[in-house]
Amino acid sequence: MLNNHAKLMQFFSIAQEVTGRKKLQKMIYILQKCNIPFEEKYAFHVYGPYSEELTLRVEELCNLTFIDEVKEDKGNYFQYHYHITDRGKNFLEEFGLDMPDMSNKVDQLKSKSARFLELVATMLYFDDLTKSEVEAKIHQVKPKQKYSEAEIAASWAFIGDVTQTH
Amino acid sequence: MAYKDEQLHEEKVFKDPVHRYIHVKDRVIWDLIAAPEFQRLRRIKQLGTTNLTFHGAEHSRFSHSLGVYEIVRRIIYNFKGRRHWNDDERLLSLCAALLHDLGHGPFSHSFEKVFKLDHEYYTQQIIIGDTKVNEILRRVAPGFPQKVADVIAKTYEDKLVVSLISSQIDADRMDYLQRDAYFTGVSYGHFDMERILRVMRPIEDQVVIKSTGMHAVEDYIMSRYQMYWQVYFHPVTRSAEVILTKILDRAKHLFEADDFTFKLEPTHFASFFTRSATLDEYLKLDEAVVYYYFQQWQEEDDVILSDLCERFMNRRLFKYIEFDPNKQMGEVKALQQLFRAADIDPKYYLVIDSSSDLPYDFYRPGEEEERLPIHLLMPNNELRELSRQSDIVEAISGKKRTDHKLYFPMDKLEEIKDEDLKQQIKAILYDQGEIQDVE
Repeated sequence: MLNNHAKLMQFFSIAQEVTGRKKLQKMIYILQKCNIPFEEKYAFHVYGPYSEELTLRVEELCNLTFIDEVKEDKGNYFQYHYHITDRGKNFLEEFGLDMPDMSNKVDQLKSKSARFLELVATMLYFDDLTKSEVEAKIHQVKPKQKYSEAEIAASWAFIGDVTQTH
Repeated sequence: MAYKDEQLHEEKVFKDPVHRYIHVKDRVIWDLIAAPEFQRLRRIKQLGTTNLTFHGAEHSRFSHSLGVYEIVRRIIYNFKGRRHWNDDERLLSLCAALLHDLGHGPFSHSFEKVFKLDHEYYTQQIIIGDTKVNEILRRVAPGFPQKVADVIAKTYEDKLVVSLISSQIDADRMDYLQRDAYFTGVSYGHFDMERILRVMRPIEDQVVIKSTGMHAVEDYIMSRYQMYWQVYFHPVTRSAEVILTKILDRAKHLFEADDFTFKLEPTHFASFFTRSATLDEYLKLDEAVVYYYFQQWQEEDDVILSDLCERFMNRRLFKYIEFDPNKQMGEVKALQQLFRAADIDPKYYLVIDSSSDLPYDFYRPGEEEERLPIHLLMPNNELRELSRQSDIVEAISGKKRTDHKLYFPMDKLEEIKDEDLKQQIKAILYDQGEIQDVE
């Protein structure tokens, strides 16, 4: 009962603040790929793995005032900031969720840009392919992002690191 | 003549209540429709349990798939000769449109939740695996099945082709909104699709809408919004989904238990319970098979399984109250204890259902690069996101409606012999708000 909501609350309680919906989407996806048991269903969209279920669940958490959403007008687009509220903290405490520790992973993910996490998430999406096939796929599905060889190498290193971190 | 270019001697048409006629001239499309994997879609309802709410909603994924194909066919007809559109992608687009839902199983939403399945994975497997559909696609070109699979998975390099069947205003949504409205009999869900098709323009890697067509798109967005709340999120349908999910949970639990013997062994479900279903086993499971088991399982010795199946078959659904997790989690815990005391297992008979548990979305522009929004093509060739131009869309997009409901079997609670216990449960439920009927 509301287990999946509680898992997200646990994430927000560790992350404190997340800036950007795209970043949030990719963070949860990468955590899933690190075997953290988030159950939101993802599909591939123009900007990499995206979960409508996650979007709606975050909206629910905002409407319940468990999470505070701040909308910032950036001129030609909006950016959203999320942080857990006191009510949210109470809910989480009462819920008594049993979940693996993901603090180090969340810290690592938070320190990266949305663009970089998009690359990481996309590479993980194609994890059934070989390394060279993944790299070819990146250039094929994301030609506009023009990811450099250095960024792709950094992404491989990050994947190796984040999947090992406890 | 190459198979990919082969045309039927005479155009074939399917009479369709939504699009009037569905036209087929390509041999490849005709052969795909005849493939057993596509014919199977006749036995999968488009709206799962919605027919328990709207009795007309018996239409299948087969008719929806034909509808999506027809809309894409018309879009491509309009795109022909336009800059940015490559007509070499025509057959690929048509095949992907026709096959986009091929991997859906019976009551797929509940099945996917309980058995951790993904219909998109099975769509891919049917297209690239050892199937008749694959055999037909390979006759076009050896790499053609993979291309079709990539378009459906949205990982194909030409995003314009992808966006025909998967975007915020695509052939998939345009068909199901109209088809679902027609078969449920509701008065919402209608919009001027012909007008939208006329104002669609291919621009680089997306389909955009000429700004003069904005009002037709507003109508589409309104239809989508109304259908979500009036049909897709209908509380009675959600009640049926809750029971269906619990039947599968219970059958899985009994299958894994050492001390239970089914009168009718769940042969067709076994590989789903063990998460080892092969493609062949997946394709064998359709709604007719599922209904057969549910019919028979009413006779099982397990009272929970037989009761849930009887409820599902005879539409004896759970009632519900509106539920606020912010204020009422304590009451749920109390109810769980009282249910146990009354020998009613709360795992199966006390269920919170949230709007995010449902597989539908409504339009929201979102953040930059979160998801591709609907773009209007302005007279000066600039692209503007729809809600920035339309007050109506902006008003709807800003309204975030979410809800949670608590489902339970009122009739079972009435049967509790211990009057004090019964009154305690009812006191909590009635205190939370009006108990809603699901008739």
